[in-house]
Amino acid sequence: MTLLTEKRARRPENETRKIRGKVHLREHLMGWLFVGPFAVVFLAFLIAPLAYALYLSLFQKKLIGGTSFVLFDNYVKAFTDPSFLSGAWFVIRFSLVSIPLQIVLALVMALILDSVTTLFARFSRLMIFLPYAIPTVIGAVMWGFLYSKGFGPLTDIFGLFGATAPDFLGSNLIFYGLLNVVTWQWAGYYMIILYAALQGVDPTLYEAARMDGAGRWQIATRIKIPLIAPALILILVFSLIGTLQFFNEPQILRYLAAGTIGSDFTPNMYAYQQAFSLANFNYGSAISFALGGIVFICVYAFLFFTRKRRSFL
Amino acid sequence: MTDHTSVRAGSRRPQRYLPLQILLGFLVIYFLVPFWWVIVNSSKDAPGLFGGGNTLWFTDQIDYLGNLKQLFTYDGGIYLRWILNSTLYAIAGGIGATVLSVMAGYGFAKYRFAARRFSFAVVLGALMVPATALVIPTFIMFSRLGMTNTVWAVILPSLLNPFGVYLMHVYARDAVPDELLDAARVDGAGEVRTFIQIALPLMRPAVVTVLLLSAVASWNNYFLPLAMLSDNRLFPVTVGLGLWQGIASANNSGGTSLWSLIILGSLVSVIPLVIAFFSLQRHWRGGLSVGGLR
Repeated sequence: MTLLTEKRARRPENETRKIRGKVHLREHLMGWLFVGPFAVVFLAFLIAPLAYALYLSLFQKKLIGGTSFVLFDNYVKAFTDPSFLSGAWFVIRFSLVSIPLQIVLALVMALILDSVTTLFARFSRLMIFLPYAIPTVIGAVMWGFLYSKGFGPLTDIFGLFGATAPDFLGSNLIFYGLLNVVTWQWAGYYMIILYAALQGVDPTLYEAARMDGAGRWQIATRIKIPLIAPALILILVFSLIGTLQFFNEPQILRYLAAGTIGSDFTPNMYAYQQAFSLANFNYGSAISFALGGIVFICVYAFLFFTRKRRSFL
Repeated sequence: MTDHTSVRAGSRRPQRYLPLQILLGFLVIYFLVPFWWVIVNSSKDAPGLFGGGNTLWFTDQIDYLGNLKQLFTYDGGIYLRWILNSTLYAIAGGIGATVLSVMAGYGFAKYRFAARRFSFAVVLGALMVPATALVIPTFIMFSRLGMTNTVWAVILPSLLNPFGVYLMHVYARDAVPDELLDAARVDGAGEVRTFIQIALPLMRPAVVTVLLLSAVASWNNYFLPLAMLSDNRLFPVTVGLGLWQGIASANNSGGTSLWSLIILGSLVSVIPLVIAFFSLQRHWRGGLSVGGLR
């Protein structure tokens, strides 16, 4: 390759046109050389598992008669299975609440940190981002402690006012318990992405707006937010993908919230249970594939409806 | 990105807005409460932990050293193994995924090869495939090959990072001028040398960002190793602490000593990444804005 390039480089201008065909071939080769290693991993760990999941999901294993081809029976079963449906309904409800909450919080924090330029603001930025460096499992463990009756401060704090502490691990409040863990974990990360986007905005725009008599609020809503719309859409997509495949936090809090979080709490937990506790790989694959399909369709629909604003994909 | 910051900070006096700063103060407290709880309670021994004292303040006995010793000697020092495993998975997965992403992103941005547009569209589509949907079929594939319960079962799938490719593509397209690459070629540099000596230094902020993001993703991974590994000596620290928590919750009285290990174990396990983030923040902040800006 190196030799070829050198030859081409030394060739006089008028000769290059003649060998354009060759140059193209070389460019194809070089392109695939750079992309190739990733392509191999992509085929092996994304395309192959997806295809395999699809294949497995078309079979059923019975105690009598062995494995048989059943076409879409597993999907029919999944979409009539109360466990799968309640899990899917939970993650959809949870997305509808948690995503706007996280993004609004992240946006407010990013706007504050973009306007306040003190040392304390810089310190706050790091502290707010800190939970991103914490594994979700550890985050869930930590909040599990704070929620628990024995270890947590809630009993003491509410006791001061003579009230009983709310039980965020009980079935009434587990939704909010998880909501808090997720917000704590991700809002800082989204804030950093938005903050970075805000820092990339040309500050002379603000000066110009101020000249025209725009206030701080108007600058934020009319200039800053529209300009970082691509970043907002990016984190919306991230959070949608992440929330629909909810697994780690409920799986960890399950131990502490016995009876509240069942093994079919989210679709992913249900797939895990089917595959690993019940060795029902065919049905587990069908649930995984159905979940992947739901996520793909949701995200694709979302991108379709925001296509005027999106410029990141 | 960082240029704007310095220009702005220099051209204007610091903006204070006291009410906003007070609001920030409350937010910081919220984000730090769990850390504070863990720091306080990992200093306690079992009686202090279960004695019912103030859970947000220290007891008279502050015994970090004793607890640390217990943590690192429990069950033949299994905790240290978990930390080392996590480190291995994060470094191998992080570096591997970064190398592949950087090369692929550069290739997509700078070469017009056959099926380029189609391939890139497929990669973008893959951004929308939830990683956990792949875990179960990947597990079955690995078990057919007899490769479950090995370090490879955790490292190899984490080499896949389509978002890294997307990020590197955007960055290479904008930050590496074609003219510069052509000039290097005219000067007789080969394609590989042009990539390493000319393009790579220009892409450094994005490379650090992708490296950090993929290393964090590997370090934080839970579902994949939980599914793949059954030998607890191969567990990363996330799966290990999850295991302890399950044991401790299952037997409420017998698990008391384990609770204090879990608390301190959580604290110790977050220290490496917190240090990495703080020491590298100058490098990754510029790269993070790329994905959202274009």
